[in-house]
Amino acid sequence: MSFLEVTAFLWDGFLISLLIFAVTLLCGAPLGLPIAFCSMSRFKPVKAVSKVIVWIVRGVPLMLQIFIIYYVPGLLFETPIFSQMDRFFFVNYGIADAGRIVAVLIAFTLNYACYFSEIYRGGIESISKGQYEAGYVLGLTKSQIFRKIILKQVIQRIVPPMSNEIITLIKDTALANCIIVCEIIKQAKELAATKAMIWPLFYTGVFYLVFVGLLTVVLGRLEKKLSYFRS
Amino acid sequence: MALLEAKNITKSFGKTEVLKGISFSLNKGEVLSIIGSSGSGKTTLLRCLNFLELPDEGSITVGGKVLYDGSDATTLSDEAIRQNRLHFGLVFQNFNLFPQYTVLENVTLAPTLLKRGTPQEIEQTALRLLEQVGLSDKLGSYPHQLSGGQQQRVAIARALALRPEVLCFDEPTSALDPELTGEVLRVIRGLKDKDTTMIVVTHEMEFARCVADRVIYMADGVIEEMGTPEQVFGQPQSEKTKAFLRGAQDLF
Repeated sequence: MSFLEVTAFLWDGFLISLLIFAVTLLCGAPLGLPIAFCSMSRFKPVKAVSKVIVWIVRGVPLMLQIFIIYYVPGLLFETPIFSQMDRFFFVNYGIADAGRIVAVLIAFTLNYACYFSEIYRGGIESISKGQYEAGYVLGLTKSQIFRKIILKQVIQRIVPPMSNEIITLIKDTALANCIIVCEIIKQAKELAATKAMIWPLFYTGVFYLVFVGLLTVVLGRLEKKLSYFRS
Repeated sequence: MALLEAKNITKSFGKTEVLKGISFSLNKGEVLSIIGSSGSGKTTLLRCLNFLELPDEGSITVGGKVLYDGSDATTLSDEAIRQNRLHFGLVFQNFNLFPQYTVLENVTLAPTLLKRGTPQEIEQTALRLLEQVGLSDKLGSYPHQLSGGQQQRVAIARALALRPEVLCFDEPTSALDPELTGEVLRVIRGLKDKDTTMIVVTHEMEFARCVADRVIYMADGVIEEMGTPEQVFGQPQSEKTKAFLRGAQDLF
């Protein structure tokens, strides 16, 4: 196999990595917000449930969570929905791995939503009480205060920790190969097994590096754009 | 008839009784200074008037309208409290400007959100108020680019933009470097000439003596002495007041 052929083969895998990355970010980032609000709730049971979920999700390896999501429906309820989905999409549309990818997306989204929620919570709680009080004495409603005064300050504060998580996320996508989803590292291992080529495995690092480089630039710009004020 | 009437306000935090029945009234255009040592309840009283703390008992009446009555549940709803806050303005010790907005936007934000006129009218008012506090050249600056004194003057303009009937100041110069207190106190004195009704919690005895129409000395959650500056500073009746004023003078 030529260098170009290997690159194309790995790129197919990297598209799956990027898919997991994008969906996790697009679903996990919004989902983190209600979890954060529940963790800050004054209603004790809600707060407790939320804290326990975050504790479990952050306390168990993501790889194990992928196994649990993928295997538990079949083991406990005798309906292996994800492998059924695999078969259904393969037979009807010729798409491989669909069910496995969905399982991975669920595990990733839930996991990252919990991490994001803690970043949001930290950001929201770091805003001084005086900002809320200034809004109150000006007769603003709670929702106006949050949307017009608090939110932007929170965003400014959470961009650096969120950048960190986002950069970790693209590398975590490699965990999907634990249930044989053909992301980039799985593809490289395939080459090692079938063509006795080991170098593509190390070559995958270049894909990650280039993407993380891009992310660093974009996130750095966002951080700079928000630095026009100091809170 | 007095503009503001506070009757028998009490407030406890847990077992600590901070306000033990405060009553006073204030006429339109008057300036009231509240003095007293730290922990005497001055700031809590001011926060009660702005409903940042809700009094346990007592009532607050402005212009004949009962804004708050500890025994009347209709005045205790979130919405009633939000509306009634608008009778008061509050300038904080730490300014609490909104950092992501410019000076002008800080002043126009609340009137815009509360739909107090057209955008042009709101901006006109804001520009006039910022001129009044001497910051016409800082309209586009962000709070972190201003000195403490300038920030506090923006905060005053921001509070005035909603035309409160009573403007409260919570130790407005305590967070400022000594050379910056003058500019803020001059602005407050300027407001007195425009007939603004004000309550100023302050440690600046000279300011209280010269600007206030009436002075309240608070100690341990009660009004220990109340009267004109001449009475309170010149012929204090209570032993506590005398001791406090001596302490304030005999610093060196």
